[in-house]
Amino acid sequence: MTYTPQKPPLPVSVDELRSRIPGWGVDLNPKDRPAVPKERFDLEATGAHWDFPERQLEKWPRERSIEHGMLPPVFGTSCPPRGISGAIRKYAYARYSEGRAAHWLLLLAADRVDAVEHHLRSLLTTHPDNPITETGVWAEFTHHGMASRFGQKRADLAHQPLDPVIVAGPWVAAGGAAYVGARKLAKAMSSSNGHA
Amino acid sequence: MRAMVYRGPYKIRVEEKDVPPIEHPNDAIVRVTMAAICGSDLHLYHGMMPDTRVGMTFGHEFIGVVEQVGSSVQNLQPGDRVMVPFNIFCGTCFFCARGLYSNCHNVNPNATAVGGIYGYSHTCGGYDGGQSEYVRVPFADVGPSIIPDWMDDEDAVLLTDACPTGYFGAQLGDIVEGDVVVVFGAGPVGLFAAKSSWLMGAGRVIVIDHLEHRLEKARTFAHAETYNFTDYDDLVVHMKKITDYLGADVAIDAVGAEADGSFLQQVTSAKLKLQGGSPVALNWAIDSVRKGGTVSVVGAYGPLFSAVKFGDAMNKGLTLRMNQCPVKRQWPRLFEHVRNGYLKPSDIVTHRIPLEHISEGYHIFSAKLDGCIKPLVIPNAA
Ligand SMILES: NC(=O)c1ccc[n+]([C@@H]2O[C@H](COP(=O)([O-])OP(=O)(O)OC[C@H]3O[C@@H](n4cnc5c(N)ncnc54)[C@H](O)[C@@H]3O)[C@@H](O)[C@H]2O)c1
Ligand SMILES: [Zn+2]
Ligand SMILES: [Zn+2]
Repeated sequence: MTYTPQKPPLPVSVDELRSRIPGWGVDLNPKDRPAVPKERFDLEATGAHWDFPERQLEKWPRERSIEHGMLPPVFGTSCPPRGISGAIRKYAYARYSEGRAAHWLLLLAADRVDAVEHHLRSLLTTHPDNPITETGVWAEFTHHGMASRFGQKRADLAHQPLDPVIVAGPWVAAGGAAYVGARKLAKAMSSSNGHA
Repeated sequence: MRAMVYRGPYKIRVEEKDVPPIEHPNDAIVRVTMAAICGSDLHLYHGMMPDTRVGMTFGHEFIGVVEQVGSSVQNLQPGDRVMVPFNIFCGTCFFCARGLYSNCHNVNPNATAVGGIYGYSHTCGGYDGGQSEYVRVPFADVGPSIIPDWMDDEDAVLLTDACPTGYFGAQLGDIVEGDVVVVFGAGPVGLFAAKSSWLMGAGRVIVIDHLEHRLEKARTFAHAETYNFTDYDDLVVHMKKITDYLGADVAIDAVGAEADGSFLQQVTSAKLKLQGGSPVALNWAIDSVRKGGTVSVVGAYGPLFSAVKFGDAMNKGLTLRMNQCPVKRQWPRLFEHVRNGYLKPSDIVTHRIPLEHISEGYHIFSAKLDGCIKPLVIPNAA
């Protein structure tokens, strides 16, 4: 009992568990557990018919961790880096290993810049970002937003009010950037008018 | 095609995109018939995962029909109904050769510390995912399996991540007969970990969460003893009380980076992104397990450092075991368990959402509305 050698008794005996719970103990023997042992050398198991796979075509210089000795043969091709966020990302990959906090903090910063860049760009399209539809907050009304929260003992209610702040952040930043840009433009126009 | 697209933290929409092309001779293009949203997707959705790019399509749990195959594909043909593990892996690198499929070295240029995962940021390889009508599946001869005739689609889609991950989490606990196992988190992964712990011979399975509807599921689906951590001023003391002050033999962290229970930890991680993840559940696991015990971590954390109570883990002589789940390695045994009725993965599905309404789906799952436990996503072309 903790302060003495034997383990405290179980509330329900093993025999009772076996009869009560379907499949109790079927994987009791570690030999029956597929993840045991952790490493198990077995090339037959995978279906691969190569020693080293053929290389996928690199259609643009693929950013990669400097902890890699070469570009791996296969990689994702979603969202090539572009704009200011792309420049930050390329720098983070080229300069810092995964072991450095700077690598990850730059990538996180690039993510925030990426969001602002896309919001600004979307305003010039026929499909601008829509915070109401994109956040899915409408579900609050259709899926019991109130009842799911109140009268419950949920620990996450304390910080949920911060979520709209995070959502509004890029809009505020984009608005600010647009405002500063417009002012600069107005200034430049008035000063060039002055010279005319 | 229609595809879910990330637009920045908490924002997603459905857009028209090109059907992905074959990029490699062993690629397949799969028409998705059913997908799911995973707790891991929430870390992306909340903007926590570095290098999550606007325009990416998420989704690493999906099944579908093979539409097209590359020139070197031998094991699949157009028309085959397939389930696809969330891991992208080559089958022959140093790690794959040893069964560490989730740690493949040939599929992710962006990071060496993590393998390839569908729709899971550039940090996991920059692949678009399956919350869309079509998806590119690399290494088609290695990853996917044909869905057995007897298997339900909803069971199949849950076997691509949530169910094997929970089962794997229980295995990482190295459970021996009669062990007291405590599972933190009654989300999909925690529910499957709790259920699987019995299969390994646990003597007592305890589940901790703060969402009553999920704890209810832990009692009915996973036969677990449950506690709501908000009922206790100090959960660790409560854990000691209910284990004769010994502590559990095994603790499983099925919560990960957005753990609640400490405002400071939660806000510095999930909101301010100053830590890789909020280690509240991990720290509770370390402090609730007995000396010499095992902590199994399947909850996911970001690549930045987290404020983990490492000193306690060291002083207690704990074994810490963890990984992304190598899904395909679990399949043959898990298929038997499903067939024998020991596990019914689809029992935890609560919502079936059309792809066009996926923004609401994410909000419901993220804000834990409407008793949500596991939402599925149904593409239009399904
Ligand atoms: N290792 C892998 O291969 C793998 C695979 C899938 C998911 N995951 C990770 O597993 C975790 C869980 O996934 P899920 O789909 O079940 O997510 P989920 O968000 O649905 O579930 C998490 C649960 O933890 C609860 N919780 C929060 N703080 C807690 C605390 N301090 N103590 C106890 N419970 C707490 C939440 O209320 C929620 O019910 C995520 O981090 C996910 O990224 C890892
Ligand atoms: Zn997942
Ligand atoms: Zn590999």
